Amino acid sequence: MSDTAALANTGLAKLIFGRLSFESLPFHEPILIATFAGVCLGGLALVAGLTYFRLWGYLWKEWFTSVDHKKIGIMYMVLGLVMFLRGFADALMMRAQQAMAFNGSEGFLPAHHYDQVFTAHGVIMIFFVAMPFVTGLMNYIVPLQIGARDVSFPFLNNFSFWMTTGGAILVMISLFVGEFAKTGWLAYPPLSNLGYSPDVGVDYYIWALQVAGVGTTLSGINLIATIVKMRCPGMTMMKMPVFTWTSLCTNVLIVASFPVLTACLVLLSLDRYVGTNFFTNDLGGNPMMYVNLIWIWGHPEVYILVLPVFGVFSEVTSTFSGKKLFGYTSMVYATIVITILSYLVWLHHFFTMGSGASVNSFFGITTMIISIPTGAKIFNWLFTMYRGRIRFELPMMWTIAFMLTFVIGGMTGVLLAVPPADFVLHNSLFLIAHFHNVIIGGVVFGVFAAINFWFPKAFGFKLNRFWGLVSFWCWVPGFWLAFAPLYVLGLMGVTRRLRVFDDPSLQIWFVLAALGALLIAAGIGALLVQIAYSIWKRNELRDTTGDPWNARTLEWATSSPPPDYNFAFTPVVHDNDAWYDMKSRGYQRPLQGFKPIHMPKNTGAGIILSAFATALGFALIWYMWLFAAVCFTALVAGAIYHTFNYKRDFHIPVDQVINTEAERTKLLSAQVVS
Amino acid sequence: MSAPIQTISGAAPVFYVVDEHDHPPGGSTMLGFWLYLMSDCLIFAMLFATFGVLGTSYAAGPGPKDLFDLKLVAINTAMLLFSSITYGFAMLEMMKGRVKSTQMWLAITGLFGLAFLCIELYEFHHMIHEGAGPWRSAFLSSFFTLVGTHGLHVTFGIIWLVTLMVQVAKFGLIEANQRRLMCLSMFWHFLDVVWIGVFTFVYLMGVLR
Amino acid sequence: MNGVSGPLDKLSNVALQQMRLTVRENRHYEIGNTLSRLRILLLLPLVALLGGCNFVVMNPAGDIAVQQRDLVVISTVLMLLIIVPVMALIVFFAWKYRQSNTAAKYEPDWDHSTHLELVIWAMPLLIIICLGAVTWSSTHLLDPYRRLDRIAPGNAASLNEPLQVEVVALDWKWLFFYPEYGIATVNELAAPVDRPVRFKITASSVMNSFYIPALAGQIYAMPGMETKLHAVINKAGVYDGFSANYSGAGFSGMRFKFYGVDQAGFDAWIAKAKASRDALSREAYLELEKPSENVPVRLYKEVAPDLYKAILNMCAQPGKMCMSEMMAMDAKGGLGLASARNILPLKYNISMLDGSSSTKNYVASVCTLAEAAREAADHRSTTTPIDPTPVTGAGLTRPGAAPAPFNFTPAPSPAERRASNT
Repeated sequence: MSDTAALANTGLAKLIFGRLSFESLPFHEPILIATFAGVCLGGLALVAGLTYFRLWGYLWKEWFTSVDHKKIGIMYMVLGLVMFLRGFADALMMRAQQAMAFNGSEGFLPAHHYDQVFTAHGVIMIFFVAMPFVTGLMNYIVPLQIGARDVSFPFLNNFSFWMTTGGAILVMISLFVGEFAKTGWLAYPPLSNLGYSPDVGVDYYIWALQVAGVGTTLSGINLIATIVKMRCPGMTMMKMPVFTWTSLCTNVLIVASFPVLTACLVLLSLDRYVGTNFFTNDLGGNPMMYVNLIWIWGHPEVYILVLPVFGVFSEVTSTFSGKKLFGYTSMVYATIVITILSYLVWLHHFFTMGSGASVNSFFGITTMIISIPTGAKIFNWLFTMYRGRIRFELPMMWTIAFMLTFVIGGMTGVLLAVPPADFVLHNSLFLIAHFHNVIIGGVVFGVFAAINFWFPKAFGFKLNRFWGLVSFWCWVPGFWLAFAPLYVLGLMGVTRRLRVFDDPSLQIWFVLAALGALLIAAGIGALLVQIAYSIWKRNELRDTTGDPWNARTLEWATSSPPPDYNFAFTPVVHDNDAWYDMKSRGYQRPLQGFKPIHMPKNTGAGIILSAFATALGFALIWYMWLFAAVCFTALVAGAIYHTFNYKRDFHIPVDQVINTEAERTKLLSAQVVS
Repeated sequence: MSAPIQTISGAAPVFYVVDEHDHPPGGSTMLGFWLYLMSDCLIFAMLFATFGVLGTSYAAGPGPKDLFDLKLVAINTAMLLFSSITYGFAMLEMMKGRVKSTQMWLAITGLFGLAFLCIELYEFHHMIHEGAGPWRSAFLSSFFTLVGTHGLHVTFGIIWLVTLMVQVAKFGLIEANQRRLMCLSMFWHFLDVVWIGVFTFVYLMGVLR
Repeated sequence: MNGVSGPLDKLSNVALQQMRLTVRENRHYEIGNTLSRLRILLLLPLVALLGGCNFVVMNPAGDIAVQQRDLVVISTVLMLLIIVPVMALIVFFAWKYRQSNTAAKYEPDWDHSTHLELVIWAMPLLIIICLGAVTWSSTHLLDPYRRLDRIAPGNAASLNEPLQVEVVALDWKWLFFYPEYGIATVNELAAPVDRPVRFKITASSVMNSFYIPALAGQIYAMPGMETKLHAVINKAGVYDGFSANYSGAGFSGMRFKFYGVDQAGFDAWIAKAKASRDALSREAYLELEKPSENVPVRLYKEVAPDLYKAILNMCAQPGKMCMSEMMAMDAKGGLGLASARNILPLKYNISMLDGSSSTKNYVASVCTLAEAAREAADHRSTTTPIDPTPVTGAGLTRPGAAPAPFNFTPAPSPAERRASNT
């Protein structure tokens, strides 16, 4: 009797909880328990603080449900920053493990944990740090640069953000409930097949990326439509700011590559859930097809990350050199060429698969060809500096550091594109050093340049220079200290993802790299201090002009921070560097004739629908079929319900516009007097 | 702008739109939806490519000749093609502003779509019953995934269609609803085009192989 | 996974003959020496640290790896031709045009110069043309599938018949077969100095990468597929080999020693293996195949016939259909509807899981009715294999009494089939 009851119980429990049980919680891992406790305490403190200061309503109304591209952009940046801390914690653990695990020592991480750490590090840094950073920048800057009031599909923008966040939340949950993938960041089968990775890790990986991928694809569609359709009068394609151009190309890449990732992960999940044979060893499956498919997405992804920051560097160089950008046209064409070529190089990630010499050399040479437009870009920035008046503000310093760092990363990249050279360096720490050299030296430095550059636009006050310098001088040498040893180790034939080492002569290099990572940690700390200190001293750092850097593009024509409607009147553009043109040709800010402004209305649909999608992902990860069905139904029903809402816009009353603009007039005149 | 402003030419050009009107909402919708369709098309392209690679990996099991019933598939194709035509009629009626006949044609489209789905499900059921499920071989995996993904799209198309019919009934052929019908039209015809690819590359060429 | 096809091989032979004659034989030493001197110069600042370090990639002991090293150096030097001036210019411009240097020229509207842009695009283009040429030729010359045509620079004369080694990446150890000697080893590899080695490489379960930095570049080891690598070791010594592609929990311990020895040493090594008590039967292999970490060296005096072939075709498990047979049947259009249920569940004993939940399917080898019945008795819980006798498939003869080898008659062309029908 009790047996059948227990059986019925387990059956019911299985239906509700799937394979989730108390054993899924990592009580046996002290590191995780401590982290979990820390996160719980921090989270509780945050919740308590928000409740105490009655901020929930404010956050919900003004931020979470906001369709304002500026607020969504800022939320993306916050998401990126938070996940950056998590991803960097993983990096520190890896560096510590590899510096310790010599002379018979196992280090402090068992394989079970270490393999998750390096997988999570890669996934988080690419999908939930770099992507939110660049998407956030594009979201914030592009509509302002093209003189628009918002993006084409404001609700979709909010939904995209929350889907990205949903993916990030799934990855974070995996830290404490179950585990993350132990497969490396691209989850190559057969290792990621159910037979070799039966645990929930790969499922977390799949659903986190699928949920976030939907958001990224939609945001790509949104921004393309925005750039194509919403440019202000006079802004022809060849008068768009370079950052907008690179954003356009980036979003084309997103729309043309993320579906490939989606399809590829769908096939992998079918293998794992339905028992199909796409990437299995048996029954005609072909694991190497996955490697091809995922890199057809993966290589364009690299350019998705780096193209927007190329745009950032173009804006920064031109602004702080006090000059027009050298070779605008060739810059644009270089960007387009890179966009197209990025689809023709994917095989260089696996020359060692044995595709044959002709195939390998084709892909090697196409890869090298990409370095031509990239080289042209470097020269263009160089000659923008030539005969300029360079102000060494923080954004410009990051740009110079980028140029010096990135050329080395580019060089080692081209070296790896030579197939026989790749045979000896593939999968080695040389490769690791190379792609960190371009991603940190390119993307991360670019994001820091952008943060320092546009922060006053977004918040109305500059970032503190001293702490910015501290951060800069920790980051740049820290980067070289952390990764130069990896180049060296690569030449010593040390491969990636190793947990323990035999050869004691390697240890010194790993110790050096760990010290570099600590220096970077100091740099990150200084960045956080810089932000906190600047908020504290915001009144001294206040920018009342809206144009603190004497910059050149439209976003600087409006106030800092810009009003909800960005521009009281839609600007008309006559030249590249529209704002510079306006300044030099006697632009007078309009002071009257304001009208009510038509704007999109905030909606909670985005956050609610993505909450359903995230819950659906969680249910599928744990085989909670009942819960999954409920979530799926709720998702579809919610989406349908949302389509019955036809009133998605409103007008900002003219009085409010007049008040806002009068406020700014007062500020500006105070500026002139002082 | 504490810097002195130079005026190059005498009269400063116009730097902002003085007489601004509201932009009609949904100005970018068609472009945006088309972009979405292209991204979806890429998913299908991947599934076609996968079928291209694995389409002959029968794993010593049944091949297309043993499994495909071309007559059934031909009927199926006809269903979908008819549904596209009837959707076209619905759009024509929509242009003329006739709610009732628009609804009728939409309903007929939905029924054709439903018939297509039923035949497809019957085909799947039959194959699985014979032991040729998606787990039997890589060929069958890629077949079921490609055709099933298309079927899933049709399913969502029908759900969307029903939703739109309710909305048209409730709010009439207002501009927003016309735009939505236009989007669904693109979606529906897109599925038709994909199906022609499926019919040709999977069924016809499979049997001819 | 095929290498260079025939015509391309010929093409590369013809096109690159000149290069080989001139560059390789006359100038190789010179270039090599200059380059190594340059290399030392480049690394000068690090010399203090480098004391005990072994830059095996930059200082290998096999001819192929040496050529790959040279390529790394040549490419780097080619690129430094442009990188160094650019870096110098960045620093120089940043310094010269700083805001405080009001003496420097300031041209805020200068943003275009056709000449300069031509130079900007032409310079990287030129470098890439050179590098592209180097890439094309070297990729073909150093194709791992290509038979060696020399064992050292200028030494094509003493080119012996290559030593055959069959490599299997297991979870998490390396299994080496020496088909000429009938021995096998785990986690230990030896080859005579100056004799070419031909590796055939596969894996049992997941992807690995076979890499001995001192000998030659790496190549993936993939289940159900075979890659090839040709190489030669020129200096006697003990070298490290390992997997260069992450393959799961025991990946870090997937290392082995590679002994480059003289002929006498090699004979002695073979003799030592022959003197071992162990033999690698199929059963022993299936036991060995199970996941294990940090496995000590093992030598086997003999090997079950065709074991490597069976591993490559994923049919070391008894009763499992070999991929070669499966592909032959697939090429003829599969085995027909009746074969749909001809799959058996396989306890996934080579996976890393506890084995409780996951069973995989595999295609049963087509066998006699008696064997099928016995098979069915062994797997009582599973679907009974159908009587295979009526299975004919497209153009397939009825399976005979013997389960292997398979003799296929060529598939009749549609025309033939039509003729036989009428």
